[in-house]
Amino acid sequence: MSGNGRTKLVLGYGTCGIAAGAAAVKEALEREVSAGGYDLELDIAGCMGFCFREPIVEVFYPDGRSVVYGDLTPKKVPQLLQAAAAGEVLEEWVVRRSDDPTAGEGDFLANQHRIVLRNCGRLNPESIDEYIARGGYEAARKALTTMTPEEIIDEVSKSGLRGRGGAGFPTGTKWGFARRAKGDQKYLVCNADEGDPGAFMDRSVLEGDPHAVIEGMIIAGYAIGATQGYIYCRAEYPLALKRLDIAIAACRERGFLGEGIFGTDWNFDIKIKKGAGAFVCGEETALIASIEGKRGMPRPRPPFPANEGLWGKPTNINNVETLAAVPWIIAHGGEKYAELGTEKSKGTKVFCLAGKVRRSGLAEVPMGYTLRQVIFDVGGGVREGKEFKAVQLGGPSGGCLPASLLDTPVDYEAITATGAIMGSGGMIVADSSTCMVDLARYFLSFTQAESCGKCVPCRLGTKRMLEILTRICEGEGEPEDLERLEVLAADIKAASLCALGGTAPNPVLTTLKYFRNEYEDHIFHHKCTAGVCPALITVKINRDLCTGCGACAKICPVEAITGEKKEPHSIDPDTCIRCKLCLSRCPEEAIYAE
Amino acid sequence: MDGETCKCSQRFADVDDLGPLQEILERYRGEKGALIPLLQDAQEAYGYLDEKIMRALAKGAGYQLSQLYGVATFYTQFRLQPIGEHLIRVCHGTACHVAGAELISEEIYNILGIRDGETTPDRKFTVETVMCVGACSLSPIMIVDEDTHGKLKPANVRKVLKRYMGESEEREE
Ligand SMILES: Cc1cc2nc3c(=O)[nH]c(=O)nc-3n(C[C@H](O)[C@H](O)[C@H](O)COP(=O)(O)O)c2cc1C
Ligand code: SF4
Ligand code: SF4
Ligand code: FES
Ligand code: FES
Repeated sequence: MSGNGRTKLVLGYGTCGIAAGAAAVKEALEREVSAGGYDLELDIAGCMGFCFREPIVEVFYPDGRSVVYGDLTPKKVPQLLQAAAAGEVLEEWVVRRSDDPTAGEGDFLANQHRIVLRNCGRLNPESIDEYIARGGYEAARKALTTMTPEEIIDEVSKSGLRGRGGAGFPTGTKWGFARRAKGDQKYLVCNADEGDPGAFMDRSVLEGDPHAVIEGMIIAGYAIGATQGYIYCRAEYPLALKRLDIAIAACRERGFLGEGIFGTDWNFDIKIKKGAGAFVCGEETALIASIEGKRGMPRPRPPFPANEGLWGKPTNINNVETLAAVPWIIAHGGEKYAELGTEKSKGTKVFCLAGKVRRSGLAEVPMGYTLRQVIFDVGGGVREGKEFKAVQLGGPSGGCLPASLLDTPVDYEAITATGAIMGSGGMIVADSSTCMVDLARYFLSFTQAESCGKCVPCRLGTKRMLEILTRICEGEGEPEDLERLEVLAADIKAASLCALGGTAPNPVLTTLKYFRNEYEDHIFHHKCTAGVCPALITVKINRDLCTGCGACAKICPVEAITGEKKEPHSIDPDTCIRCKLCLSRCPEEAIYAE
Repeated sequence: MDGETCKCSQRFADVDDLGPLQEILERYRGEKGALIPLLQDAQEAYGYLDEKIMRALAKGAGYQLSQLYGVATFYTQFRLQPIGEHLIRVCHGTACHVAGAELISEEIYNILGIRDGETTPDRKFTVETVMCVGACSLSPIMIVDEDTHGKLKPANVRKVLKRYMGESEEREE
């Protein structure tokens, strides 16, 4: 990244980084560099994926080495600049060193294989020149000037790429349908709705490398014969929307979008459509309705969008990650991509590690890696050395898998066989403090609220399931409830129109399958072993640890905590509403729930 | 933070002033399927979708009022009530839920005396639940106006909110 003999500092400036305080660090960097008269270059980049150490800065030395530092604050900036200017390394802040992959958290990246994230954190997403300098738009140029649409589709088919939006449909095959569909106008839609609450890989790609998605769209549009593209992006991602705007404008200026692109006679342009907050709009027919300005409700297929999509015209819809992989495939060849992965799942998949995992962040690994490799080798295992309990894959449509299934490979069919789904790539790790019944209830409350209401089994079935789960969590569960849940789940799966309803029971079914004992504990023993469900716990103060500081009593909304100053306090169990607010208040961690 | 003066009147246009709305109507004149962007821009200008605004939009863009209402109530982004000076959004996405988002909400409700979707009587705060803002590694998260506060603990909520309270409300503990 530094080619002019100057040392360059690149600040991670994605949503994650900014949320962690990168804006203040940016200000400090700019101020201190000019105040100190340093001969240092400053730049920003998208997410490298070291979310767990944000805000981060990568220092690129003129000799080609680079060092990533994490947990930065404005206070640390002067020291950082001094070291960078002197060519020194601040060992204790190191997250990664290019010349020593074992230093810091180096194995987080060393254990990954980055194709989709190839540029994330490695370039300024607001600069088309940096993208071009890294080979950007060469694939689109190659595709449009030297390949026929059929050859492109063939190459994508050879790569084995499958849709990363969740369902895993072969991308080349899908493009073939749209190519062969008859119509005077065709559309290409990029699905950037990313509705899974706990997944952020599409956001990271859009913020970190928007041009990769646009280049993928240019290639896809040409391959299927669509001259107009749409990006449907959720409004909750303002930074992604802003960077897309900048990128699209830059492309128009360079003649990569618009009329006669890349000197050919092919026209292609892109419009951005902002979502308005409805999970179901990630479903392709609902998404189309939403672009048309209607309530986003799915409709039966066929006709498939490939034949009758947006405004009734042939339309191809692909996910952000799918499209971002396309330029790489065209540049390196489908066979190269297919060298990675398993028999039926090729290439790489980006996962978002979150929850109780030590290194939460972006993990792109070859298909076929086991869940254990992703969570432990890349993710560094469970936080605070606690025991792994479960991993939730695929969000509201997915499932919770126990430790015994950690050797399951990341592969569409293998994961589906467990009852979960690959889904979009959300991976939430749970430890002993997560109640699986509560987690199932959480997902059902989500799908129940997000059901568009068209199908009775989805609209009312999820409501009934939620009611049952809620009463189990409240200690009012009945012995027959588990069977009721299973019957309802089967009906909802069988009789819902779209996959929202069709997969909504998965979180319940997988937890019933792998964590049934927790349901039984709730129903038969009135116990929530994770200490989560308020009705089934008691909040207590460990008298040996309590110093009598009184902090807990101040936060208690019902004045249940009493005690003399400097004497051990106690909680009146009859007054306590078990809100657990006092737990985080105690500086001695003397309060616990059981 | 410069929280001394109430900026709500500057932040949003008055619903009796249809000037901004005319501009918005012009922006999308002749565009197919512009209903959602129309509502989005109107909400951005006025802070919420007042009945007056909806009626004027329907008339100006040639939609039935019921059509607009149907769309506005389908999508969670749209508000039919005005919001307070500060908007608190608490993330209840999966990562935040697992990290204890409910306790964060609970503490906010205790401090402000309102619940999800409500506005304090003095119109200072509105609190809302959102489903993942994509910064899951900093869970649990709340966003006040444009500022994200991550890795929250219920015990820290009061301190964060204080920054947005006028001096008069700053109660010492
Ligand atoms: C309820 C529901 C929500 C969905 N949400 C998304 C989403 O947020 N992003 C996405 O790419 N696909 C989502 N999908 C899948 C899309 O319908 C579609 O299969 C996908 O965008 C196709 O792109 P792909 O072939 O590249 O995966 C969702 C499906 C359903 C049923
Ligand atoms: S399954 Fe649910 S979300 Fe899907 S169309 Fe039916 S009611 Fe709507
Ligand atoms: S759990 Fe809630 S109600 Fe009970 S003592 Fe603690 S703060 Fe008070
Ligand atoms: S660093 Fe941005 S995704 Fe986390
Ligand atoms: S779950 Fe809260 S930011 Fe994603």
